[in-house]
Amino acid sequence: MDIKPIFSTLQRHKFTACLLIMEIALTCAIVCNAIFLIGQRLQLMQTPTGIAEHELVYVQMADISDRPDVMARTEADLAALRQVPGAKSVMLINQLPFGGSSSNMDIKLSPEQTKTTISVAQYMGENMLSTLGVHLVAGRDFRPDEFVDIDKVYAALRAGDLTAIPKPVLITQAMAERLWPGQNPLGKQLYVAQGIPLTVIGVMKELVRPNQRNNGLHYSLFNPVRMPMSSGTYYVLRCASQDREQVLRSAVVKLRKLDPNRIVLDKGTWDEMRRDYFRDDRAMAGILVSVCLALLIVTALGIVGLASFWVAQRNRSIGVRRALGATRGNILHYFQTENFLLTTMGIGLGMVLAYGINLFLIVHYEVPRLPLMYFPIGALLLWMIGQAAVLGPALRAAGVPPVVATRSV
Amino acid sequence: MFGYYIDLALRSLKHNRVLTGLMVLAIAVGIGASMTTLTVMHLLSGDPLPGKSATLFYPQLDPDTSVASSHSQPTDVMDYRSAMDLWSAHRADRQTIVVDSDLKVTAPDANVPPLMMTMLSTTADFFPMFDVPFQYGSGWSDDDDARRSRVAIISASLNDKLFGGANSVGRTLRLRDTDVRIIGVLKPWRPSPLFYTVRGGRFAHGDTATFYGKIEDVFVPLSSGLEINDGNFYQFNCWGMPKRTGHLIDAPCEWVAVWVQLNNAAKQADYRRFLHDYAEQQQSLGRFTHAENTRLPSLMEWLDYNGVVPSDVHLQTGLSFAFLVICLLNTVGLLLAKFLRRGGEIGVRRALGASRGAIFAQFLVEAGVVGLLGGVAGWLLTLVGLWLVRQQPTPYADMVHLDAFMFVITFALAIVVSLLAGALPALRASRMAPAFQLKAQ
Repeated sequence: MDIKPIFSTLQRHKFTACLLIMEIALTCAIVCNAIFLIGQRLQLMQTPTGIAEHELVYVQMADISDRPDVMARTEADLAALRQVPGAKSVMLINQLPFGGSSSNMDIKLSPEQTKTTISVAQYMGENMLSTLGVHLVAGRDFRPDEFVDIDKVYAALRAGDLTAIPKPVLITQAMAERLWPGQNPLGKQLYVAQGIPLTVIGVMKELVRPNQRNNGLHYSLFNPVRMPMSSGTYYVLRCASQDREQVLRSAVVKLRKLDPNRIVLDKGTWDEMRRDYFRDDRAMAGILVSVCLALLIVTALGIVGLASFWVAQRNRSIGVRRALGATRGNILHYFQTENFLLTTMGIGLGMVLAYGINLFLIVHYEVPRLPLMYFPIGALLLWMIGQAAVLGPALRAAGVPPVVATRSV
Repeated sequence: MFGYYIDLALRSLKHNRVLTGLMVLAIAVGIGASMTTLTVMHLLSGDPLPGKSATLFYPQLDPDTSVASSHSQPTDVMDYRSAMDLWSAHRADRQTIVVDSDLKVTAPDANVPPLMMTMLSTTADFFPMFDVPFQYGSGWSDDDDARRSRVAIISASLNDKLFGGANSVGRTLRLRDTDVRIIGVLKPWRPSPLFYTVRGGRFAHGDTATFYGKIEDVFVPLSSGLEINDGNFYQFNCWGMPKRTGHLIDAPCEWVAVWVQLNNAAKQADYRRFLHDYAEQQQSLGRFTHAENTRLPSLMEWLDYNGVVPSDVHLQTGLSFAFLVICLLNTVGLLLAKFLRRGGEIGVRRALGASRGAIFAQFLVEAGVVGLLGGVAGWLLTLVGLWLVRQQPTPYADMVHLDAFMFVITFALAIVVSLLAGALPALRASRMAPAFQLKAQ
């Protein structure tokens, strides 16, 4: 189809045409970026965590750490929890993946180094591989004799006695790859605090950190340190996923039976914890989706309005064309092509704008670069919306009878 | 004339209900989206203590001796000794120390199971300095701070929970294992953000919604609080091992914050000098290594430095204004379509003596009417939007309401937007040649 007449018509409606192009361009730019941001959040929410996500329940109790018998009482709690029917494995851990708050450790590659290489999440607790369901890809798990009570570690640190500090650590693959790219991390040394050397004895496939996702989502390590029931620690029970509610209920009953005056600060399944952790992201993704939809609808309505106006305005010239032999199809195609041209110009401008908005977001909101694949997605969406919106007015135009040409001169 | 234009506008708008509906809807949706986010933004970026905040300052020092090179910034909070030195020097009009900790609270004569609550340990000046409103009783005296009095002030919500909202002054509260006497009950108080505990914003990557939490439920004198809940205090950061976990008074740790009130510029300059001299003196005593690293930001500067408004809220505000611009463009197009269709009417009016200005005014009034209708619908949509925000589990959800100021802004914005949208179409309409339009009929 010849597009020259379309251009010369648009030339006479420069202002309205520009308006439509600008509207499409802005919509395109925002929709491209919004879809990208939605994708980012969704991807984050589906991050593999490396643990048996659907088989874990946790109970967090109020602090009793200032009692002298805290270790014994913790042992009694754990023994009671092992009796819970359905519980396959039980542990006390200092923090949980996606738990929200975290304890972290600064890692250096040599004792002389002044600057920290990376900061990683520091997990502590006995019986972790079997309870959390973390997989080892190399090396071995801790031996029972390698575990040390945390108050002994603190005492050793204060006394400056490095021999009493447990040296073996398990690290994640992601962390190993960051510290020693392409090398075998087993047996390698890393340094913490004032140059305390730790030795890598095993590599975990994945283990997500409790928060600080911008500092390396999978940078975590495990120390063989036995925790007392203190603030922030969780009792974790692993069970079949259908038993979770039952196990959680009987775990709380067991703990209350040992001491009815204790306060349960928090309890739930790990899936609920994950849901809580991502609630803001979910809300943001929801907002972005609704804004995108609203934008596309508003733009479509704008196209319908302007196209209707043009059709009404050109009623007589359509009649003349029909009288001179143009088919209904010709008229229909004319308006569809016109819309396609306008939308394409809008998309072209929109791409540039989208790139600009992305640059702004990179500078201000730590957003990654917009991948090129989002441009065709945005373009396709707007072409579709444009064609759908113009169809009604275009059909109305095609329905104009040739006899209109002879009327009202 | 204005009344006549309004009449004309209403007639014209009634004439094509679908197009009118589309325009009103476009403005309403744009206004609804931007006013919802603007209201949240207004709430989160506002001044927590209007009228007072300019006199409140947050002294910062750098007691961290573990690094050789100077930090780019002083530490977010400070060690106990520095805080006590600044506080007991009494060089400001008012000064207070704040530190939070969690503990078990029971009321022996109320039939409520033990609760885990956050307690603020602070000093007498806290209440007058931050204009804290009391429902019953009053704050404690400097003497109570010195004598480690076992007294407490509780929040309105804790008073409701334990005593059904009755005057509980004189009753006893058990904080962990210590009995304290309640001497005051606060009125509901909800500063936004909870400014006096704001810290660490630069490490939060824009994830700062937690700065907008509720106030603590129990307030006790600092000297008493440190004894009552000994062993349960958390450091913000340590550069050496504390002797006993949770006991930080003599530890190389930053964990307490100091606030001062300085009523005029001269006092502010004096205090800045005092702070600097104090750091110098500590360096000469060998306790500090980065004496030059002191700051005295005002309350609002401190909030800005911490970037308290969550980045998601910024993003949403930007997004909704872009949305409003698109709605505006849309309305320009639709108004243009509507106005230019009425060449006949314009021609007749011009031929009968209406000036260009009169035509322009007539169409602008029509656009304004559309804006007003859009404003009403946009206001309703804003209420829906804010209701949706309140359903979100964010810490600030309970505070989100449309106040009178934002209500007025809603309509002002709607009318300004519609007049902007109407200006060009109205100008084009007023420029139409009347003779040509009449001939075409």
